[in-house]
Amino acid sequence: MKPVNQKAWWLVLPVVLCVAFSAILPLMTVVNYSVQDIISPERRVFVGTEWFKSVMRDDDLLDALVRQIGFSLAVLVVEIPLGILLALAMPARGAKASAVLVLVAISLLIPWNVVGTIWQIYGRADIGLFGAALAKLGISYSYTGSARDAWLTVLLMDVWHWTPLVALLCYAGLRAIPDAYYQAASIDGASKLAVFRYIQLPKLRGVLMIAVLLRFMDSFMIYTEPFVLTGGGPGNSTTFLSQYLTQKAVGQFDLGPAAAFSLIYFLIILLLCFVLYNWMQRVGTADKAEGSV
Amino acid sequence: MNGDPRSKKRALFLIAYLAFAILPVYWMINMSFKTNDEILSVFSLWPRTLTLDNYKVIFTDASWYSGYINSMIYVAINTVISLLVALPAAYAFSRYQFLGDKHVFFWLLTNRMTPPAVFLLPFFQLYTTLGLMDTHVAVALAHLVFNVPLAVWILEGFMSGVPREIDETAYIDGYSFPRFFLTIFIPLIKAGIGVTAFFCFMFSWVELLMARTLTSVNAKPIVAVMTRTVSAAGMDWGVLAAAGTLTIVPGAIVIWFVRHYIAKGFAMGRV
Repeated sequence: MKPVNQKAWWLVLPVVLCVAFSAILPLMTVVNYSVQDIISPERRVFVGTEWFKSVMRDDDLLDALVRQIGFSLAVLVVEIPLGILLALAMPARGAKASAVLVLVAISLLIPWNVVGTIWQIYGRADIGLFGAALAKLGISYSYTGSARDAWLTVLLMDVWHWTPLVALLCYAGLRAIPDAYYQAASIDGASKLAVFRYIQLPKLRGVLMIAVLLRFMDSFMIYTEPFVLTGGGPGNSTTFLSQYLTQKAVGQFDLGPAAAFSLIYFLIILLLCFVLYNWMQRVGTADKAEGSV
Repeated sequence: MNGDPRSKKRALFLIAYLAFAILPVYWMINMSFKTNDEILSVFSLWPRTLTLDNYKVIFTDASWYSGYINSMIYVAINTVISLLVALPAAYAFSRYQFLGDKHVFFWLLTNRMTPPAVFLLPFFQLYTTLGLMDTHVAVALAHLVFNVPLAVWILEGFMSGVPREIDETAYIDGYSFPRFFLTIFIPLIKAGIGVTAFFCFMFSWVELLMARTLTSVNAKPIVAVMTRTVSAAGMDWGVLAAAGTLTIVPGAIVIWFVRHYIAKGFAMGRV
């Protein structure tokens, strides 16, 4: 058990101040918007929970939410294992390691609107490498024409864009495992799989937790890339929650309902992350109890 | 290293992934050396008429290249503050129990979960009231909202991996907390610090909505300047690709500098 020490608060205080500075007031303001009908800056009417009720009854929103959950789960299912595999495959030291690190990290550094734009060209069968390659292989593909292709392209773009985040976290986590653990394992004659299962995976628990939560919440708020690539289409196939919200907030200038929407949106992410977090912690501790030597 | 089939498979996987990762980037670089005409009309693996005009636009126009400088300034401020405040806090979370510790820890992360669209307006109001609008400090402070929680979480993960006996022996040996922290503890979590610094840099570097809302001229970041390529006259694909290519450079330099922290990892110190 960790010792109780209230003085530790002094170490945490700067962080709380830094974050609260920009977090509390805006949140309160949005809560304030959400219970008013703002006709003009001077004319506001208190409407209570009306906006919340109307948002909850919105069927399009429910559709967008279902699409969103499906997309975020797909993101996790693909990116987490792929990221772990990639981290295991990356060379550990030397010039090769440096070069691979830089190459892997590049996609993270491209501004999100550029990511969308590049894939817009990259995926076109007439002038883009990816689209043209698929056409050569005889696969008919069009992210503007087919809902399935559009969805898959957004997913593929996200995998390309964000798997490096998982990989870099896991890679740094792997490097932090002392050699002594591996030496002990090789004396025991452990297989590679056993080394992964009983040494690497438990040691990666912390970084994997943050990787899963980060990817989950960020993909849940994905906006720029699909907006630029497909504009939410064809139909509504790639209209995720954030885009629907922005249509409401910016398109219709309805601050009250949009604020209520934002808060519900925030609470959904919060709830799902909380469940995910607790579940991962339980799995982790059960694992520790079982694997303790 | 050794030629067994498993490490061969591993190398193949790595090469396949790198190809997947690099090809879109290659396409962007390829586009940046083409004219808009060529980008939109023909499929060409390399530019048929190589042009540097797209880059010329960026390097000769102060509003373009100052975008890079502005971004670098606030990103640097943000990364430094994030690391400085997050290091002690992450240590506290990983080593001690205190009133509300678990709640504060999770609350930190909830600050990354607010969908930006509606939150931008109150941000704008807050920073206008404080008289910080259009300054680098404003953007750096605003970005702390998502970078500090990230830094605390990642660092806490790495710190929890270091056995507590190390702290205890150091204290018994007469180390003071600051001396222990700087000379023993930080070297042990170098990999975590390297990757945290890179992520803080990266998230602040590519963030568009807040940075655009809080700046107008003096501190306008490159990501906001870029949106200029979309105009009524159509897209300027070539310039956008060139600007995108140039945005990779600073980050690649950062990761080059922190690579030793990330790659070498566990320093065999006092274990």
